[in-house]
Amino acid sequence: MTITDLSSILDGPAQAEGFDPGISDEELLHCYRTMQLVRAFDDICLKLQRSGRIGFSIPNKGIEATQVGAASALRKDDWFFPSYRDFGMAMYHGVDPTDMMHNMFGNSLDTARGRQMPVHFSFTDPIHFVSISSPLGTHVPQAVGAAYAMKLRGEDKVALASFGDGSTSTLGFHSGMSFAGVWKAPVIFLCQNNGYAISMPSHEQTASSSYAIKGKAYGVPGVRVDGNDLLSVRAAVAEAAERARAGEGPTLIEAVTFRMGGHSTSDDPSAYVPDSEFAEWRDKDPIDRFERFLIQRGTLDVAEPELIYADCLAQVDAASKAAQATAPPALETIFSDVYAEIPDHIRSQGQAAFELAGRLGEAAAGDGAFPL
Amino acid sequence: MANMTLIGAVNDALKTALREDPSVLVFGEDVGKKGGVFLATDGLQAEFGADRCFDTPLSEDGIIGTAIGMAMNGLKPVAEIQFQDFIFPAFDQIVSEAAKLRYRSGGQYTAPMVIRTPYGGGIRGGLYHSQSGEAYFCHTPGMKVVIPSTPYDAKGLLLAAIADPDPVLFMEPKALYRAVKGEVPEGHYTVELSTTRNVREGDDVTVVEKAADMAAEKGISVHVVDLRTLLPLDESAVVEAAKKTGRVVTVTEAPRFCGYAGEISAIVAERAIEYMEAPVVRVTGFDTPFPNTLEHHYLPDARRVIDAIEKVANF
Ligand SMILES: Cc1ncc(C[n+]2csc(CCOP(=O)(O)OP(=O)(O)O)c2C)c(N)n1
Repeated sequence: MTITDLSSILDGPAQAEGFDPGISDEELLHCYRTMQLVRAFDDICLKLQRSGRIGFSIPNKGIEATQVGAASALRKDDWFFPSYRDFGMAMYHGVDPTDMMHNMFGNSLDTARGRQMPVHFSFTDPIHFVSISSPLGTHVPQAVGAAYAMKLRGEDKVALASFGDGSTSTLGFHSGMSFAGVWKAPVIFLCQNNGYAISMPSHEQTASSSYAIKGKAYGVPGVRVDGNDLLSVRAAVAEAAERARAGEGPTLIEAVTFRMGGHSTSDDPSAYVPDSEFAEWRDKDPIDRFERFLIQRGTLDVAEPELIYADCLAQVDAASKAAQATAPPALETIFSDVYAEIPDHIRSQGQAAFELAGRLGEAAAGDGAFPL
Repeated sequence: MANMTLIGAVNDALKTALREDPSVLVFGEDVGKKGGVFLATDGLQAEFGADRCFDTPLSEDGIIGTAIGMAMNGLKPVAEIQFQDFIFPAFDQIVSEAAKLRYRSGGQYTAPMVIRTPYGGGIRGGLYHSQSGEAYFCHTPGMKVVIPSTPYDAKGLLLAAIADPDPVLFMEPKALYRAVKGEVPEGHYTVELSTTRNVREGDDVTVVEKAADMAAEKGISVHVVDLRTLLPLDESAVVEAAKKTGRVVTVTEAPRFCGYAGEISAIVAERAIEYMEAPVVRVTGFDTPFPNTLEHHYLPDARRVIDAIEKVANF
């Protein structure tokens, strides 16, 4: 592996007769199923948005192998500092799609209490999937700080900071890399180079020959892998995690993949992505590629993919129905969690809001008494 | 004259400026091929070329820092920050640099530039696509802060901002981008900065608000003033409007504490207290981050403004 060459296991060693990925069939199938679950979740969210039942979603199609491959190389007690596109990392480790749907609907069971936009998840169980912030790059130095805490306490955990190619231009990326290099923090930087930052092509974002090479000046080793190959991403993250746990410090991984849709449901990519580029990447669909590998080695039967996808769809569909049927957050959620304790000025604003809502007979008013 | 939306008027102003002055440049994230996430810069790159309207790497600090350098050296940058919520990486460049350059160099170096940015709630944007951060910048001597609320003002104020010798933060109320339409003259015209606009004449209560025209008819005659420029403010106009009715309600979407509504209240208290018949009442966002699902409860909408107007009128 080098900093500018692309390494791929599925297109390389996996082609050889008798290739052994060193991963159990059960684990391979869990990865495969998670990718299908991500795609089902994505498909259903896009439909929910188009039919006006949720306000917004972020397409995930095409980058499932990067997310799931990375998550599968880490443990449940490692910490994830994700981007808004990292549905699959949560799902791989067992976050329930219903809990994710509560966020998409911003309802009263959403862990963010309906305060954040959809796709801004936050979980502490079964993994630390740290509350997603919209301002890009801010989480990168935070991951370094969390990793440093692990190092100080002598834990053998790691933190993963995941972000897009565009985010490498933010201040957060550079301070994060700088500190991690100096501190030898047990952190993994995963740059998902998915071709575009909204409309900005990744080759215009930087004059560097790759994103992985950006680690060099910070003393952080960089590797560049085929992001549409689950095995490659998994291997790179596993190696980085091993180094981090052994006290050898951070790694920057560039996973080369492609966003097979718009940036978000508000975006029309036809203004800036040529059709030919979509067509080219359609042939490299990460689920199809992994599926062919599993079928070839007999881990998966030809008839199974369709059944698995249908099963995932049913699961996500049930999740979305449950979330849709859940009540919106209570009015008090505007005023709580600003501080550990509600200060007087916020309390009196809350009381006024309750009083007005009560007087106007609005549903969220409850009995008109501010409960906190 | 053409009938335009507010965002259409912004687009028209940018085209007018690019056409008239070869030193004007428009840049930011996704403003080129895509024409901006709200399409404010739609068609500019096609018409004026990628040298005049272009995308930048994803760094607000970079966008504003380079704009300052360009402005020092003879160009007229009109930089876009995609959402005002994402301006904070550039806070240092704005507050420490653009705003202080003239002062610290005794006028040898200046930063005549415009930073356009959509702000405000009402689009279900949650914490980070809804904020009204005008107070941070109004607390920054050296900056000018402008907010249009009609298509006519949007074009005229933007052209005035581009011609201004000082750095101007031009905050565009995104909820009004396509919600208001109005007549906009063709070609160049300006609306003078630091002037106010009487949205509606009335006798009982004066409402000072930035995104104007709330429906407030309950037998109370409301005098509505749109500030247009928050800094430097036309204080005399505010004081005169307050004296006229002796009852003032100020409206902002931003949180209340240390917000702009408080500044208006203080000015009225200092300069017109003897005319006041009731306390000045602020209708603002709450002192909490901006929520998503319940944003309609957070916004100082007509129901809250009318409630305050009645309180003040019946005091
Ligand atoms: C500091 C900041 N600036 C601008 C934005 C608006 N924005 C949201 S996503 C995005 C592009 C992000 O691209 P990239 O980091 O490559 O991630 P991707 O969306 O491709 O996964 C932009 C400009 C933001 N969220 N934060």
